[in-house]
Amino acid sequence: MANPLKCDLCSKPATVHLTQILDNKVHKVDLCESCAQEKGVTDPSGFSLADLLLKASLNTDPAAGGIRCEQCGFSPADFKKQGRFGCPACYTAFKGILDPMLDGMHKGTVHSGKVPHRAMERKTLYDRLTKLEGDLSEAIKAERYEDAARCRDEINQVRQAAEQKPAR
Amino acid sequence: MTIASLIETPSELTDSTSNKSAIVLMTRVRLARNLAGQPFPGWAKPAQRESILEACRSAVTAAPAMKRGLSVGVGELGELEKRILVERHLISRELSGSKQGSGVVISKDQAISVMINEEDHLRIQVLRAGFQLKKVWSAVNELDSALEESLDFAFTPDLGYLTACPTNLGTGMRASAMMHLPALVIGNQMEKVVRAVNQLGMVVRGLFGEGSDASGSIFQISNQTTLGESEEEIIKRLSGVLQSIIEHELNARARLLEADSGKLFDKIGRAFGILQNGHVLSSNEAMNLLSLIRLGVDLGVFPDAKRSVTDRLFIEAQPGHLQHAQKGEFEAGQRDLLRAERLRSEFANFSRPDFTLSANGTN
Repeated sequence: MANPLKCDLCSKPATVHLTQILDNKVHKVDLCESCAQEKGVTDPSGFSLADLLLKASLNTDPAAGGIRCEQCGFSPADFKKQGRFGCPACYTAFKGILDPMLDGMHKGTVHSGKVPHRAMERKTLYDRLTKLEGDLSEAIKAERYEDAARCRDEINQVRQAAEQKPAR
Repeated sequence: MTIASLIETPSELTDSTSNKSAIVLMTRVRLARNLAGQPFPGWAKPAQRESILEACRSAVTAAPAMKRGLSVGVGELGELEKRILVERHLISRELSGSKQGSGVVISKDQAISVMINEEDHLRIQVLRAGFQLKKVWSAVNELDSALEESLDFAFTPDLGYLTACPTNLGTGMRASAMMHLPALVIGNQMEKVVRAVNQLGMVVRGLFGEGSDASGSIFQISNQTTLGESEEEIIKRLSGVLQSIIEHELNARARLLEADSGKLFDKIGRAFGILQNGHVLSSNEAMNLLSLIRLGVDLGVFPDAKRSVTDRLFIEAQPGHLQHAQKGEFEAGQRDLLRAERLRSEFANFSRPDFTLSANGTN
């Protein structure tokens, strides 16, 4: 489902949607009524979309402007354009943009439905192994051989537990 | 199973014989799921899309519910085949328009379809004729749990299942019912109903989803929000809304019969006449005429068993199905001739309307 589009300049709900083709490139812009008036969008001769797009990009929230998702390189501008995120990690990277949006969008802001228990279990085991392996190499480096032995035993235990409950 | 044999087999929606489907033609529930750590389809590079498609495809085809089903890449499908799948609600228009690295897996009975790399990595859908929300939810839930055994879904405890579009966050679930509401349309009450339903957090759309018109007085009603409520709560709320729409439709029918049964029977009788004798029928007109015949069945003008005929024709009168039956590509104008021909032959042996029975009221 599509989001209600927001004005590219002031983030009020957009009611004017413009598409211009410049140098064989499609440019789209969404504006609220007052910004459309102000920018002279209604007067086709005196209006440059390229100009407007540039201003819109400078006008983005300074806190969010420079952020990119570390995982996938997605930027807030991409989200404005597509209304969709780039990858699951975007939800953490763009929390500041997402949170105010979620308020009006859903019945609540916290999930209360189904939980994929099997996947969560696998993730917990994986995280625990990663941590133990880190501890192990640190202990070896510091020549704390008793700690290292303990880590090794624990790693074996976790591995065994994981094998008894194979992920099929 | 091949695409050709799937097309030859009637869809889950074309053999509904029970009168459970009197007002609710079909229920469906779909879940949006994504793989952890992978870019969403719209942002993934072609090679990533391919590898996601492979991972999902092998997991889905291994699920018990999909045994001996059809698994096919969108690129392997012809235009007509895609159109038929859209008309059967087995794939979306969006998927049918996508190019590389998308696919669909469809169960043998055509009740389950899993779209891969549509808006999300997985769109798991179960659909059944009639009003069967709970049964459909438990089937889709079971398949989702089976997939979870081998796939790591993107999920956080506070936001639930992570989806490409934040409007699907949380449960990622959209439950919907396709309803036949001719009396509310004739009585000009649909606008009021749509507004009331919207206020209850549900959405009303036309037969083929977003942006489609409601030809044949068929509407889709679904939940709008997905976060902050459990799947069961959403389904319970939707069921309540559907029940009250059913009541409104039944009341509207009773009112039409009471106020001016002559006018209503005239509409049904004329629809029957045109279907039996017309020579040029657009898809839209055919849908509206069939809708009146279906209303006639509900009112007792035609026998109950004929409901399945109208429901089958709702799908078979669509352009894709029509072209497939006639084995060729046709211009819209030519299609209208063929459609009328097809309907004439279907209605040549249809029972004659009996307007005396209808005094008994609705259903």
